[in-house]
Amino acid sequence: MTKAASLTVTDVVAGYGSAPVLNGVSITARPGTITAVLGANGAGKTTLLRTISGFVRTRAGQVSMDDISLTKLAPDHIARSGVAHVPEGQGVITELTVEENLSLGLLLRPRAERAGALDDAYRRFAVLADRRRSLAATLSGGERQILVIARALLSAPRVLLLDEPSLGLAPRIVAQVLDLIRRLRDEAGLTVLLVEQNARGALSIADRGVVLNLGTVVAEADAAALAADVQLRQHYLGF
Amino acid sequence: MTLARHVGIAIIATVVLLALSSKLDSFRQYQLAQVAATVIAVAGLTVLIGISGQISIGHGAFMFIGGYATALIVMHLKWPLAAAILASGLVAGVAGAIMGVAAARLRGPYLAGATLMLAVALPAVAFQWQGVFGGDQGLDFTVSTPGFLGASFQLTEWDAWVCCLSAVIVLVLLANALRSRVGRNWRAVRDNDTAAALAGLNVAKLRVRAFIVSAACAGISGSLLAVTMLNVTPGAFTLALSIQLLTAVVLGGVGSLAGAIWGGIILVLVPPFLTNFANSHGFSAGSASVPIVGYGLVLIVVMLVFPAGIQGGIRRLLGLAGPTAAGQVNALGRRWQLARNPAGRGAAAENPGGRAEAGYQIAASEAAANDGVTEEGTP
Amino acid sequence: MQEFVEFTLGGITDGLIYAAIGLSLVLGWRGTRVLNFAQGGMAMFTSYIALIVVDAGGSYWLGFVVALASGLLLGAVVERVVVRPTAGKPPFNNLIVTIGLLILIEGVAGIIYGSKNRSFPAAYSIVGAKVGNFALGPGSSPSAIFTAASVLAVALLLAALFRFTPVGLRMRASAFSGTVAQLMGVRVGRMTTLGWALAGLIGALAGMLVTPQTFLYPNSMDSIFVLGFTAAVIGGLDSPVGAIVGGLLLGVLLNYVTGYVGSNLPELAGLAILVLVLMFRPTGLFTSTATRQV
Repeated sequence: MTKAASLTVTDVVAGYGSAPVLNGVSITARPGTITAVLGANGAGKTTLLRTISGFVRTRAGQVSMDDISLTKLAPDHIARSGVAHVPEGQGVITELTVEENLSLGLLLRPRAERAGALDDAYRRFAVLADRRRSLAATLSGGERQILVIARALLSAPRVLLLDEPSLGLAPRIVAQVLDLIRRLRDEAGLTVLLVEQNARGALSIADRGVVLNLGTVVAEADAAALAADVQLRQHYLGF
Repeated sequence: MTLARHVGIAIIATVVLLALSSKLDSFRQYQLAQVAATVIAVAGLTVLIGISGQISIGHGAFMFIGGYATALIVMHLKWPLAAAILASGLVAGVAGAIMGVAAARLRGPYLAGATLMLAVALPAVAFQWQGVFGGDQGLDFTVSTPGFLGASFQLTEWDAWVCCLSAVIVLVLLANALRSRVGRNWRAVRDNDTAAALAGLNVAKLRVRAFIVSAACAGISGSLLAVTMLNVTPGAFTLALSIQLLTAVVLGGVGSLAGAIWGGIILVLVPPFLTNFANSHGFSAGSASVPIVGYGLVLIVVMLVFPAGIQGGIRRLLGLAGPTAAGQVNALGRRWQLARNPAGRGAAAENPGGRAEAGYQIAASEAAANDGVTEEGTP
Repeated sequence: MQEFVEFTLGGITDGLIYAAIGLSLVLGWRGTRVLNFAQGGMAMFTSYIALIVVDAGGSYWLGFVVALASGLLLGAVVERVVVRPTAGKPPFNNLIVTIGLLILIEGVAGIIYGSKNRSFPAAYSIVGAKVGNFALGPGSSPSAIFTAASVLAVALLLAALFRFTPVGLRMRASAFSGTVAQLMGVRVGRMTTLGWALAGLIGALAGMLVTPQTFLYPNSMDSIFVLGFTAAVIGGLDSPVGAIVGGLLLGVLLNYVTGYVGSNLPELAGLAILVLVLMFRPTGLFTSTATRQV
């Protein structure tokens, strides 16, 4: 198991076109914790993850993992440094088989570990084991989500960025996915940044919660405290 | 209003050119004729590429058709020159219609490839039916100056008159077409053919019409060039010719008629200069290829560095707003951006009859939530 | 009957050359959505390099290897220098740029080597085989067999590379989705360059195989290129297998046309075939994706 790392975002300004989407966002995720990133649509949650993983350039501020600076690095470099980003709704290469998709994750691992890691993944995710030779295009939405998460895990990341993993999934599958994330934190000590519209579910497994609104952090607290703050919940999170 | 302005400019231009031609020596008159003839082909092609949004790297084939048609008409039918030129343009236009229909649903590299094939395939016709087309030697014919000009009137000056007058007429017609409804429709199809179809335009018919017009221009140009040289050979209409036309279009500024004039001038005047330069510096063996290297470099450099060409540069210098050649190139780009598959996948992109291609993206972001310009990390 | 066999075998041989060019175009297209119009010119140029080696006293095989290596290098350089800057710009730009590259290469060849036809050594004899009194035609000659063997060998090696090696997986991932590949730490830029290098290699092979017949001059690969393009289109620009099948179909069909109909215009026949395919099955025979036209 790779040692989990801390992820620190400091005063980041980033965005597209003329107006930045993130206006000075600072977040600290301690090693081995789940931090839920919440907020309404357009608050900047997805942009935050994409900035951390390098797809959106920072205009100001820093991003670092432990003491390694990730600011201004290319996305593939950041991925190789141990940050796995599971983007929203996409990420499966439909023209490749399930096993080939998973193998992409394995490529970031030392050769000696690869076979064992793949077997582990198939044990943990039986649905993938059954379909390993099928084209990823034949998987349902929920199965694809499992695939991308499994693939991200196969790369033995130190930080995992999850963007709306429950989007479009049936509630039963959502529960399974959230449970999986929780177990990953418990068993593997992974550091997870979890963006979710489903705030209630996210807060139920998270250690910390951060609420974004219009590109700034409006609240940051322990997950339990956030969930208990009814006014905040209703104002920003809708429940 | 615009028609009057165009005709006015045309009349002035004609007078100037005719006066100019009388001051030039025989060789320069010949060059003037060639420039005028070339401008016609370049103008037609720039309309096809810049206004209707298609591409052709085979227009030399239509010049071939026009040239040989004129030679055959003059040799066998003995029609007067004007009739021969018009008829040649017509024949080339018909060929353009055929090619246009075949290619109406093709886009991008598919269309380019098909026209490339036409350019490579057609000259072989001259060898297949040698009796008619004269094979490698081609056809020689004669043209004489009309009686009313007097017996001592120079043939080269007559050629220059004919070519310049033809060029002025064609440019006026094209300029008017571009300002009229058909021009607007062409631009609509160029910018977004799906939207144009939804708005009720017959996209295929418009595209074919653009092909017909540009092919007819190329045919007239080929016809005039044949007249200036009094002969046609397959070697005069190679693939290189088609690409030279393209270079002139790109250099002058895609979609700009004024740019077509620049392109034509450069295309005729610069290569001999380059070849002479190479000859005088000891490169005589390959000197004929020097201009070809020039065309290649121009295409590459202009596309990478100044996509708007000369006319775009001039416009920018003069601070002129309005539909610039850069605007035309950007129009193609806008259409591409709108239709871009946000996932950056190739799957939807290879249908030649459908979506614009996603282009070549290394660092494209999958921004389902965004359709603006993204600031991306570089690999 | 004898004619039929002759034409068929000859068609297969020619078809594999078209297939090789088509395969090269598909490799370049898949990663970058750029059609390398200069591929024929590049193949011509690498053949000239081989000729220099042979003229200087090297063996044919040395020239062969040098040509292939040059093709590899040239492909990589072209991608990096000429094609990469057009990334993210309208597709029109990369079209013009590769066309410009085509004539640039032809022009440079004309300057350096002159424009005369040069004869080119063949690896093996082009005399066809005979079964008893039954002449099988040039398609059965040692040269033809060598052509078939080398194209198929290269195709199989490439297939193995893509299917079974990590680098092949990275290349495919980069071609199918550059973004996801980047997410997985793949250096997409390098994979793209590698793809074009391999495309250049195959193109160089095609050039070496066909030039003994066509002779070598700056425009010698123009017809082969357009027919290779047709092969790729028939099979579907995304499909390497399609390029091979398309090439074979095209080669055989054209041989029948020129053989039975007696035409000297294979390119015109090819144009007709290209137009027909593009009118009725524009995505090619082997692509399964179809976009919905609104």
